[in-house]
Amino acid sequence: MNLKRTPLYDWHTAHGARMVDFGGWEMPVQYNSILEEHRAVRQQAGLFDVCHMGEAHIRGPQAGRWLQQMVTNDPMTLQINQAQYNVMCQENGTALDDLIIYRLGEAHFLAVLNASNVDKDVNWLRQHLESGVTLEDASDGTALMALQGPAAQTILQKLTAVDLSQLRYYWCQPGAVAGVDTLICRTGYTGEDGFEVMVSSDKAVAIWGALMQAGASHGLLPVGLGARDTLRLEAAMPLYGHELDEETTPLEAGLTRFIVLDKDFIGRDAVRDEKEKGLKKRLVGIEMVDRGIPRQDYAVLYQGEVVGKITSGTMSPTLEKAIAMAYVRSDLREVGTELAVMIRDRPAKAVIVRRPFYKR
Amino acid sequence: MSLPKEYRFTRDHEWAKLDGNRVRVGITEYAQEQLGDVVYVELPSVGKQITLKQTFGVVESVKAASDLFSPVTGKVVETNPGLEDSPELVNQDPYGEGWMIVVEVKDMGELQNLLSADDYAAYLESLG
Repeated sequence: MNLKRTPLYDWHTAHGARMVDFGGWEMPVQYNSILEEHRAVRQQAGLFDVCHMGEAHIRGPQAGRWLQQMVTNDPMTLQINQAQYNVMCQENGTALDDLIIYRLGEAHFLAVLNASNVDKDVNWLRQHLESGVTLEDASDGTALMALQGPAAQTILQKLTAVDLSQLRYYWCQPGAVAGVDTLICRTGYTGEDGFEVMVSSDKAVAIWGALMQAGASHGLLPVGLGARDTLRLEAAMPLYGHELDEETTPLEAGLTRFIVLDKDFIGRDAVRDEKEKGLKKRLVGIEMVDRGIPRQDYAVLYQGEVVGKITSGTMSPTLEKAIAMAYVRSDLREVGTELAVMIRDRPAKAVIVRRPFYKR
Repeated sequence: MSLPKEYRFTRDHEWAKLDGNRVRVGITEYAQEQLGDVVYVELPSVGKQITLKQTFGVVESVKAASDLFSPVTGKVVETNPGLEDSPELVNQDPYGEGWMIVVEVKDMGELQNLLSADDYAAYLESLG
């Protein structure tokens, strides 16, 4: 299968990026050093190509009511230009995807989807479409770039007349950036302050260049998927395919505050049932006590017995400790619980810690 | 990429350098470049017997863990104490400060079977 490329592909390769296959896309994993890119985002700013993400517009007089049935949170409560984190479930309550829904008008919503799930999501949504609602998959024509880090506001403000100090977390604002029409969103996936800028694909290169230039004096670096993963992991944000999948429910993933049970949605009965009967497994944060780095699928033990497995793990560049997220038997979720992770056939001591691992 | 002429190399990108009847072992410039930032190195304890082409340790970058394969057979007599706190030495100076173990080798002939610097350079070339 041919890998897809974003409009910024040529820029990445011209700037020394190492490209990898990610969800069917040829994406930069790093330019120079994952650690350096990670630190740039924590201390100054980083720019991410997230054009591979999917975008679907949902419009029509019944758009809000219909969306409400499709996801766990309640998009009907959104004001215009407000955003909301959601999970889309199957009937059995497990997660098809996690997504951010923006309300762009009274009868116009925009869903931002994980790259590897776009086709699956769009098919699912189309199958359930009702009269009075239209769905437009705008993924190919839409570019998305994330500018993240403490200097993000200063950098972006140089290029726009929109007063960014008035734009709150999980809100968005249409406006010109470097003379190009965009949607500026105060969202991100790093645990830092920052923005995501949505623009027509043919303008991606121009906006990317303008941002890199505006950020040059502020320590801005382009950042690949390698650091994107360590940043989101320190912030304990779930990644579909790791903490969420079709075998996992949003309750197990600890996403309770994004589930509204007093309205109907696909999977609600299963989720409610699960809530009453108790969970089989639960997502926890783990920090290593012994040396070693926990990685995806490593077994987790409690008193010598296998009780779960690692979903994501790394050496945290900020904390300089090995950290991980893991699913464990749900009675073991207490912070301070001593566990072990099987690292190359040897149990290494670990402990359950509070999430997120890093908070700005 | 310039390779130290007196070193010997494996196709798994380890190097071996003769030092009396001992052999110093590490990974190559190419290997550290492919790995990216090294954040953890797991080495055998001193006294352990290791075998040609068998795993003797693990080097971990931010993204993944990779096995280290021994270029020789023998007994580990020294490990690099600097790598515990500064695994980045592997990136910064793979042929020097980033060495991993010293092995007391029984059969020095093993070393002759490894790639010379020129052969390894040609091998890297073939990888593209």
